Amino acid sequence: MPLEQTDTDVVEFKGRMLMVTVLQVKQAALDKVNQALLAQLDNAQEWLRDVALVLDFPPNSDPVFIHEVVSMVRLHGLNLVAVSQASQVPEEVLIPLELGVVALSSRGGRTLSEKESTPAMKEVVETVLIEQPVRSGQQVYSRGDLIVMSSVGTGAELMAEGHIHVYGNLRGRAMAGVRGNTNARIFCQRLNAELVSVAGHYYVAEDLPEKLQNKAVQISLNVEALEIQPLNA
Amino acid sequence: MTKVVVVASGKGGVGKTTTSAAIATGLALRGFKTAVIDFDVGLRNLDLIMGCERRVVYDIVNVINGDANLRQTLIKDKRTENLYILPASQTRDKDALTIEGVGKVIEELSEMGMEYIICDSPAGIEKGALTAAYFADEAIVVTNPEVSSVRDSDRILGILASKTRRAEEGQGELPARLLLSRYSAERVEKGEMLSVDDVVEILAIPLLGVIPESEAVLNASNAGTPVILDVDSDAGQAYLDATARFLGEDLPLRFVSVAKKGFLGRLFGG
Repeated sequence: MPLEQTDTDVVEFKGRMLMVTVLQVKQAALDKVNQALLAQLDNAQEWLRDVALVLDFPPNSDPVFIHEVVSMVRLHGLNLVAVSQASQVPEEVLIPLELGVVALSSRGGRTLSEKESTPAMKEVVETVLIEQPVRSGQQVYSRGDLIVMSSVGTGAELMAEGHIHVYGNLRGRAMAGVRGNTNARIFCQRLNAELVSVAGHYYVAEDLPEKLQNKAVQISLNVEALEIQPLNA
Repeated sequence: MTKVVVVASGKGGVGKTTTSAAIATGLALRGFKTAVIDFDVGLRNLDLIMGCERRVVYDIVNVINGDANLRQTLIKDKRTENLYILPASQTRDKDALTIEGVGKVIEELSEMGMEYIICDSPAGIEKGALTAAYFADEAIVVTNPEVSSVRDSDRILGILASKTRRAEEGQGELPARLLLSRYSAERVEKGEMLSVDDVVEILAIPLLGVIPESEAVLNASNAGTPVILDVDSDAGQAYLDATARFLGEDLPLRFVSVAKKGFLGRLFGG
């Protein structure tokens, strides 16, 4: 082993944004759940079989029922990784099932309906346009592109499944392609961001080249690394 | 028609109470019937700055709980006509204030013919600050020319834009103006402080005034006199200017550049 090899050459922690799909079990009737699930899987896109799936049960669900649903979901070939914390499933039930627990934010989440998963529909996803400054602590999410006509304060967060355009000073965080679109880009008039990310690959402020500070740039993903290029260069 | 104005900052110690006292006094001096409410329950200060701490009998929590009525509780300022102070409770905490209770107090003040109600917000972004801001028609955001204060002001601006009655009723964002306090032109020139332009650029709201860092502010606090009444001081004059701008007058900014002592200044020791 060469001397100069560091710990991080062997193992390294890396932050990645991960999109999970939550399967909400709303009724405690196995047959009904099975039928409804099969019907929805028929309509779903192939990608649904690959995404990380989290099961969400009503609190105090019967452990036997949980066990059966888990077996069924695995039988359908879904990539089940965890049960939501809100389900309040006791540890002794989870351990034999080899499942983790994740805390999901209570906010929103959208229903993946048949319509939305049709490729033809994806192109009409609306662009979000913001004219006011995005203040520290505010979050803006767009299912398509996101355009901010003003500045984005330190501590503010922009997230878009598509591109992000900022026609002011970008001081906060900007995450484009949050659902894995590697072609998404970030454009800004003045780059002073805390963090920029495309499809989970990110740079923090420290990683941003000094000479592009405060400059108009575009940020894109080039294979595995972010590429920052000046605009009007 | 009553106008409710919240004085907010996010960060503590930047001059919210000094500003509330000064602007309320300034408006009363202009002849507007004005009430100033201390929302900093548990950390009562406004009464000290206004010099009425020895006349506090009841407080806003008593009014909300129905222990006292508003007329008993309001303290009429001795120096300035048309000015009334509603003190905070020192023994309770900020959870003692409810939105409904505060709403009733503001409604009652409005019925008493108050033209302006100045709400002195506590620091932070929790319930106390939200309650102080909830009924506001406009905001004065007090900021010091340093990065942490500016960021906190940005945060509070975002909250004001979404968490007030105005926003909830869909009347649009709360109009907010910036009051930059503890400004030292010398230190800005040395690059030790953010300049007016820097702060305005970051916060992107209109500027109400710049208050210079001044001994007069501390002296006024200690004396229990709103600094705006010290008309010979730079801070007092800056607050007079800010009050005038608040009322829509267009005045040039003062105290933003390093004063070069002229011949007369040197002669009389400026």
